[in-house]
Amino acid sequence: MGGLALGLFIFSVLLSFLGYELPTALIWADVIVVLGFFGYYTYSQKIGAYVTKRLLEAGVTLFVIATLTFGLLRVIPGGPFDEEKALPPEVKASIEAKYNLDKPIYVQYGKYLLGLAQGDLGESYKYLGRPVSVMIAETLPPTFQLGIFSLIICYLIGIPAGLIAAARHNSWVDSTAMVGAISGVALPSFVVAAVLILLFSFEWSLLPAALWDGPTYYILPVIALGTRPAAVIARLTRASVLEVIHSDYIRTAKAKGLGYWTILFKHVLKNSLIPTLTFSGPLISGLLTGSFIIEFMFAIPGMGKHLIQSVTNRDYPLILGMTLLYSAILVLANLIVDLLYSYFDPRIKLDK
Amino acid sequence: MGTRTTTPTTSIIKPKGKSLWIEGYHRLLKNKASVVSMVFIVLVCLMAIFAEELSPYPFDEPHVDDALVPPNSTYWLGTDSLGRDMLSRIIYGAKMSMSVAIYTSIISLLIGGIYGAVSGYVGGKLDSIMMRFVDILYAIPTLVLLILVKVFFDAVEIFDDPELKALVGILAALSVVGWVMLARVVRGQVLQVKQMAYVEASHALGARGIWIVVKHIFPNILGPIVVLLSYQIPSNILFESFLSFIGLGLQPPYSSWGVLASDGWRSLRSFPHLILYPSLILFLVILAFNLFGDGLRDAFDPKMRGKQ
Repeated sequence: MGGLALGLFIFSVLLSFLGYELPTALIWADVIVVLGFFGYYTYSQKIGAYVTKRLLEAGVTLFVIATLTFGLLRVIPGGPFDEEKALPPEVKASIEAKYNLDKPIYVQYGKYLLGLAQGDLGESYKYLGRPVSVMIAETLPPTFQLGIFSLIICYLIGIPAGLIAAARHNSWVDSTAMVGAISGVALPSFVVAAVLILLFSFEWSLLPAALWDGPTYYILPVIALGTRPAAVIARLTRASVLEVIHSDYIRTAKAKGLGYWTILFKHVLKNSLIPTLTFSGPLISGLLTGSFIIEFMFAIPGMGKHLIQSVTNRDYPLILGMTLLYSAILVLANLIVDLLYSYFDPRIKLDK
Repeated sequence: MGTRTTTPTTSIIKPKGKSLWIEGYHRLLKNKASVVSMVFIVLVCLMAIFAEELSPYPFDEPHVDDALVPPNSTYWLGTDSLGRDMLSRIIYGAKMSMSVAIYTSIISLLIGGIYGAVSGYVGGKLDSIMMRFVDILYAIPTLVLLILVKVFFDAVEIFDDPELKALVGILAALSVVGWVMLARVVRGQVLQVKQMAYVEASHALGARGIWIVVKHIFPNILGPIVVLLSYQIPSNILFESFLSFIGLGLQPPYSSWGVLASDGWRSLRSFPHLILYPSLILFLVILAFNLFGDGLRDAFDPKMRGKQ
């Protein structure tokens, strides 16, 4: 079941990386298989109560975030329709009436929550008549792709680099990998992006410097976004592999006469992945932050542009929608990471 | 009965040997990368402190005839589109970037430290309420939180001076983001130390809460916190440059490394030297802080002792 879910997921990611527009059916199949896997896992491990509790907590967290953000936005002086070109008072009044801005704050808040409960994020104030959910849905795919590709690249580079460095501890391989890693940690993504564009786009004209139209367009942004987290993962993996290598059961495995690579992959790697997994929460948060700047630099039509524009435009529903969406992604990612812990390491009990 | 004194007959035996701090300090000095980084950081700090004296030109003085010249003998690192000397702007940028990073780290340490210590030490209901609040803040992605707080401070009319206003906004935004993690770490450390036998012994001898916190808990969690702080500073330098890069931080003519990089980004194709130098100094400073932090961790974090 887990293999099937993973396989289908990797298959669709590969397809989309090659630039194919995914058929809707495949996307739904992905969603169903992933949900089904987690549902089955929850059921078979009898952690239904735990998962329910976590989902409820996530709901409460999002509710509090919505309230805090709503409050913060109303405290900020200046409304969404105070522009340099003042509107006639009647027009402004009728616009404010349409969006309930003339009503007391608690009425606005109540109406917003009511809409939220029905899955309605409201309409944008700036792009009149455009529902926030549609605006987000339109810009979600590039951001999502950028994030997923970078995540995969981070793990594909970071984990092997860390493993090899630790396996060849104190050799030149180790030092090279670690000098690379610590340099990578110190590189802001905009610096990487600037250097990549300068070299690959301007100097050698190999890859496009902007937009999001196919595989060649993905390479530079994904590298720029993934460099720093990959370096962090390499360092984490190395530290935790070193710790595992010196443990008793590895010595036992060596004494039994198991082959070097068997020990490294079957025993060491599997047992040292937990700290790497722990980092996934902050990693996803970091990718969300980073993707914002990368989208800005590579002119990628993703969600990032809405975030800053909505804030300067005082587009309340859009700001709230963006904040809630970003937070929901983070909260859900953390829940999935916690479930994965117990999947990879059955010693970890989930019910507390 | 009655003549026996309670003072022990033998004098208290003073253990021979070095204190943990001195031992750690010696370990730190043995780590070459850390020492080099430390020297570099001190130099950059000095550069920031004596920015006025060191920079060849005022940071906002335009030399219109010499706009966008590449590095030469008059302008060692070239000039920007208004003919402002790049070297001077980088030196002034050090002042801004470093002070923002250091101040925010101290502010978040104060808030997070006190919050985490109270939460961990008092425990019980208060602990779970306080930590729930921290969890909620933790669930908002960093950049969203940064932007929200920054925009809030931009809109509130407290200061007339635009530079001061931008500065306070950045300090507030970075502190709001930074204290959350520190609160978690401090709480965890306090919880750990609270269970130690020496704390219990002090309790049994009649010591009160404040005394225990100041005398026993604080010195014992200082190591990990100093280590965390040394990682917090580069991450704040990075966040400041992020904010300035997307135009939410300081604005030209004021100078920070993020502002300079953002300026350089606009003319990347024709004048790459404009983004090269600020990026280079950003990279070197963050690298130095990370290397120094690694050295500190290996030297002072007891859990890491004995490991590579």
